[in-house]
Amino acid sequence: MADVSLRKVIKRYDDVEAVRGIDLDIADHEFIVLVGPSGCGKSTTLRMIAGLEDISDGDIMIGGDVVNDVPPKDRDIAMVFQNYALYPHMTVAENMSFGLRLKHYPKAEIKARVTEAARLLDITDLIDRKPKQLSGGQRQRVAMGRAIVRNPKVFLFDEPLSNLDAKLRVQMRIEIKKVHQKVRTTTVYVTHDQVEAMTLADRVVVMNKGRIEQIGTPNELYHKPATRFVAGFIGSPAMNFIPCRLEDAAGTLRIRLTDRIAFALPPARAARYNALPRSDKLLLGIRPEHLTESHAHLDPGVETFDTVLDVTEPMGMETLVYFGLDGTPVCGRVNPNAGAKDGAPMRLAMDLNNMHLLNEETGVVL
Amino acid sequence: MADVVVERGRVARATGARKGSGLRNALGRKSTVAFFLTLPLILLIVLLVLYPAFYSLYLATLNKAMTKFVGLGNFTFLFKRETFWMVVKQSCIFAITAVIFKALIGFIVAHFVHNIPGKKQRKWRGMLLVPWVIPPAMSTLAWLWLFDPSYSAFNYTLSFFGVGPIPWLGETFWARFSVILVNVWYGAPFFLIMYLAALKSVPDQLYEAAAIDGANWWQKIWYVTLPMMRNIIAITTLFSLIVTFANFDIVRILTSGGPLDTTHLFATWAFQVGIQSSDIPLGACVSLFMVPILAVAAIFILRDVSKRGNEA
Repeated sequence: MADVSLRKVIKRYDDVEAVRGIDLDIADHEFIVLVGPSGCGKSTTLRMIAGLEDISDGDIMIGGDVVNDVPPKDRDIAMVFQNYALYPHMTVAENMSFGLRLKHYPKAEIKARVTEAARLLDITDLIDRKPKQLSGGQRQRVAMGRAIVRNPKVFLFDEPLSNLDAKLRVQMRIEIKKVHQKVRTTTVYVTHDQVEAMTLADRVVVMNKGRIEQIGTPNELYHKPATRFVAGFIGSPAMNFIPCRLEDAAGTLRIRLTDRIAFALPPARAARYNALPRSDKLLLGIRPEHLTESHAHLDPGVETFDTVLDVTEPMGMETLVYFGLDGTPVCGRVNPNAGAKDGAPMRLAMDLNNMHLLNEETGVVL
Repeated sequence: MADVVVERGRVARATGARKGSGLRNALGRKSTVAFFLTLPLILLIVLLVLYPAFYSLYLATLNKAMTKFVGLGNFTFLFKRETFWMVVKQSCIFAITAVIFKALIGFIVAHFVHNIPGKKQRKWRGMLLVPWVIPPAMSTLAWLWLFDPSYSAFNYTLSFFGVGPIPWLGETFWARFSVILVNVWYGAPFFLIMYLAALKSVPDQLYEAAAIDGANWWQKIWYVTLPMMRNIIAITTLFSLIVTFANFDIVRILTSGGPLDTTHLFATWAFQVGIQSSDIPLGACVSLFMVPILAVAAIFILRDVSKRGNEA
């Protein structure tokens, strides 16, 4: 097991920079998830750690040693691929033991390791089958087994659950977490699914256009996003961004959303934003769960307003309501018993204690 | 539009159902339609393959003048002739050596071509296929000139290195070498193109997984490429073995079986015995010997393919 460090790592394809100078320190035993939209450079970064892609500039260190020019086989890593990449002509046991056999491990040890990994992943019964005879979930377990038996310094996962159906994905997500709790190997996991990122990671690295937007624990990213990209990417349904401006009225700082809707900011928020120029174009970032139905006893900092709902989506445990504020589409989450109906008026409450204020031009959370 | 046609067909079927319903049912069955659609091909095969095959079986049982039934007489006569056993030996040497080299060269060159990026690959693929698309009779004529003992380019070039004129087609060893060389030159592109297609179907991720598992380039070929290409290799080898075994034009043009019949194959010897020496029954008898030998090879290779077809 080992820590992994990336120092100003750059990857260029001809004229295009796919990864633009990444600095990242991954501690021993840590589970790091790289997350971002397609083409953000997350898979390229993982493949550079694996040694499957050359790096154009910078350094990659595994266990303190620079591995820039070390071939994949000598990096002591194991990788789980999106398409499993199991050898179709080998049985499950042969697939799992392939790496050990190449390194001429004693037969007894190979058998012991394969048996142990199969037990851990609950695939003991499948050990003599060929990959073709396995379901998607079983194949993914075998691919993980192949990684585990090697007992490598680092596990690399490249979107391992993307080919599975939604139900199986949830199940396998829990399996992966359990396995990590048992083996505690340093893990780098790539996904475009922010739910996977949030549920699995010790720390999440949000990437966009070849750069790191923010690194933090799932809670940090959710509650304290640094940029508009992170704020919009993490969380489902996504955070609402409503154009707004600050104004002073009778000694209090107010935030004006539309001509008829303006709220006084809670004292803590007012103190934080008071120094901002009033002319700045700003965005109010508010998550749907902080836009709920109004009720009799509202906490301080929670403000109400009336609107007409466009569409409602009953989800069972909650109902999503969609409406417009001066043409900006906004989503809220209300109690299913709150009586929300398509096209009906409704009084909603906005929790300004959980608001974010963003600079519209730079996208930075203020 | 299509719906209308289907509807009309249904109406026609319904009204005519009472009359001749047996024939209509037969025509309505998919298998019957399929049979009629393949009938032209079946007739062609019967005419061009089955009829000559049975006719040659019949011919092989006649005497030289084709007037008397001699049973297996021609076969027992052949078994006693030394030339026949030499032809059997030479056919096997020729076919097996040529196929091994074609497969090896095809495999190696396919790897090189596979690693050439994009548009350049298409050019190389096109150029490397040239030997295969030239009619063999024509290209073999060119080879005949290259092998000429007095004026050939080969001997001329070798003379610069102090290597004396080599009797390419005049000595048994060199003549056998030459016919095999030309056959390999002609047939390797077929292997190349088949292997190239097979290589392209191996997912890159398998090689990446193998690289991470610790495989070097040789181990990747041995544990990933070859097992993934097994079926293509088997089928290509079988097909090439049949075609090479039955080769006629290269040997006929280069050596006509000489020197002293040592480069004869079944086809060229059958031609010499049957057509040139006017012993058609004996010629038919020679050509029939190819069937059992190739059948055994086909059974072995295809049995392996169907066994493995289930696992890939």
